[in-house]
Amino acid sequence: MTAPALVRSNVAGRAPVGPRRGWRQDLIGWSFAAPFVILFGIFLALPIIAAFALSFTSFGLRDLDNPIGTTVVGVQNYTDLLGDPKFWKSLGNTIYFVVVGVPLTLALGLVVANALSRGITRFRTVFRVGYYLPVITSIVAIAVVWRFLLNPDVGLINILLSNLGITGPNWLASSTLAMPSIIAMAVWRNLGFAMVVFVAGMQAIPAMLYEAASIDGAGRWQAFRYVTLPMLRPTILFMLVITTIGYLQLFEEPFVMTDGGPLDATLSVTMYMYQQGFEFFHQGYASAIAYVLFVIVAIVAFLQFKFLRSEA
Amino acid sequence: MTAVQARLATPPLPAGQAGQRALGRWWIYLLLSFGILLMVGPFIWMVLGSLKTPGEFLVSPPTFLPAKPTTDNYIRLFDELDFPRFFFNSSLVALVVTAGNIIFCPMLGYALAKLQWRGKRPVMALVLATLMVPAGITLIPNFVLMANLGLVNTYPGLILPFLVGPFGVFLTRQFMFGIPDELIEAARIDGASEWRTYWQVVMPITIPVLATLGILTFLASWNNFIYPLVMAQEPEMYTLPVALATFATGDHQSDNGMLMAGSVVLVIPVLIIFILFQRWITEGIATTGLKG
Repeated sequence: MTAPALVRSNVAGRAPVGPRRGWRQDLIGWSFAAPFVILFGIFLALPIIAAFALSFTSFGLRDLDNPIGTTVVGVQNYTDLLGDPKFWKSLGNTIYFVVVGVPLTLALGLVVANALSRGITRFRTVFRVGYYLPVITSIVAIAVVWRFLLNPDVGLINILLSNLGITGPNWLASSTLAMPSIIAMAVWRNLGFAMVVFVAGMQAIPAMLYEAASIDGAGRWQAFRYVTLPMLRPTILFMLVITTIGYLQLFEEPFVMTDGGPLDATLSVTMYMYQQGFEFFHQGYASAIAYVLFVIVAIVAFLQFKFLRSEA
Repeated sequence: MTAVQARLATPPLPAGQAGQRALGRWWIYLLLSFGILLMVGPFIWMVLGSLKTPGEFLVSPPTFLPAKPTTDNYIRLFDELDFPRFFFNSSLVALVVTAGNIIFCPMLGYALAKLQWRGKRPVMALVLATLMVPAGITLIPNFVLMANLGLVNTYPGLILPFLVGPFGVFLTRQFMFGIPDELIEAARIDGASEWRTYWQVVMPITIPVLATLGILTFLASWNNFIYPLVMAQEPEMYTLPVALATFATGDHQSDNGMLMAGSVVLVIPVLIIFILFQRWITEGIATTGLKG
């Protein structure tokens, strides 16, 4: 065993050349990989394939004991989806949430990150911990607390508004204000995550770039515009993709705060999938919804990487 | 994954500018402090609300501080609603899931970073490909699978799908690339088997990464919602988020004091972990850009 290993290490970091890899090395590799691969295969990889198969069936509660015996309906779930106004409504709501929520989250995260790493010199840890706090707490707890904050009669927000002489609206019961309220909560919760990643990205920018900019007479804004932003580009792109993928899966917030209402104004795609799958037990149909979301996620991620990367 | 690999420590400002600028920046501190107030405010409101009596929520004008602080809401949570059981369920699931991830993920991470074996590339591709997959996709097939295995409403049903995940593999693989090959070769030359090398040479160096992975996995499991919502259908198997959401949308939806107390119980363990280990958490996230 040791001889080929030594040969390998002498080829300074390059892929092994020379003797063919033996079955023993394969065995060792797989013995390290097997527990992960088995669990991962059964509970993550196979279900992804199974969901695809389910989406072509009329799988429901009656099929639960005998999944193989379910009826194959071909693409009917998908054609039904095309004519399902509730699905389109949920897709529209989800896109609204993403299109408004993602830029706000990233912009605020960037502002705070820039203030933390270039604007101040003390109490950085305190600020970082404070802004990051909501990120690690349960969305369910946060949604319960925010529902109470937004309560029209006894909520803190309307109490503060009434001190200013303004009668606050019934935020979550209004079909125009419910989604903006949920967006505000999501931005509040997630901007700390963007901040931490951006701060780390900013630390990697060589200080001499700022010194050079300063010598050239650049002010704080110009340094941000012409040094920080371009250097941070890969990080911003990455956060854009990650945040968009996360936001496309909106679920807990409307589940706890509005039950998708009022008048389906906050019904998200994942929530509609949950309702179809576990309230009406149309699991074939729900699988089709899940797959459409999957395809949207994949396309969005692909487009963001392709276009935003080449733009630079 | 990206260029975000620097440590969070900050380079010092050029000496001449530091003192001068610190004075000119008071307004940045002011704005950031106002922001902190907005971030922490809801948590303070949550704690204050949990200490109010039901009657106090009806008083006009509404109170900010509790007039007569009471632990009544907590007592009701624990006596009437079986929160100790939910707390136990959440803890057990999160601990086992964390153990699974810190045992199995670094093994694959090591195999991908330091070993040569056939099948390595497809396994890597498989793990990569699932990173982007929405959690909702696997929900229904896993429910069907668990129903057929008789594991709905059981601990294995809540735990098995989360024992491993791609996040842990990326985190450990990235770190293990940095371990010098010479160190591993030296152990092999000394006659150590691959497993012995792994446990006695590689693992001890990897502990800081495992700590980060462990903390992040615990938090993700503790906060996980949609999956236990589906898999725990009997109240005795509820985890804390499922219990809180069920009460918040059901019989107790206007019992604000108790809902705030329930939120406190759900948030406090996470707060303690975060305050104790915040450096590992934020650095782990910064180095990988992933939440777990």
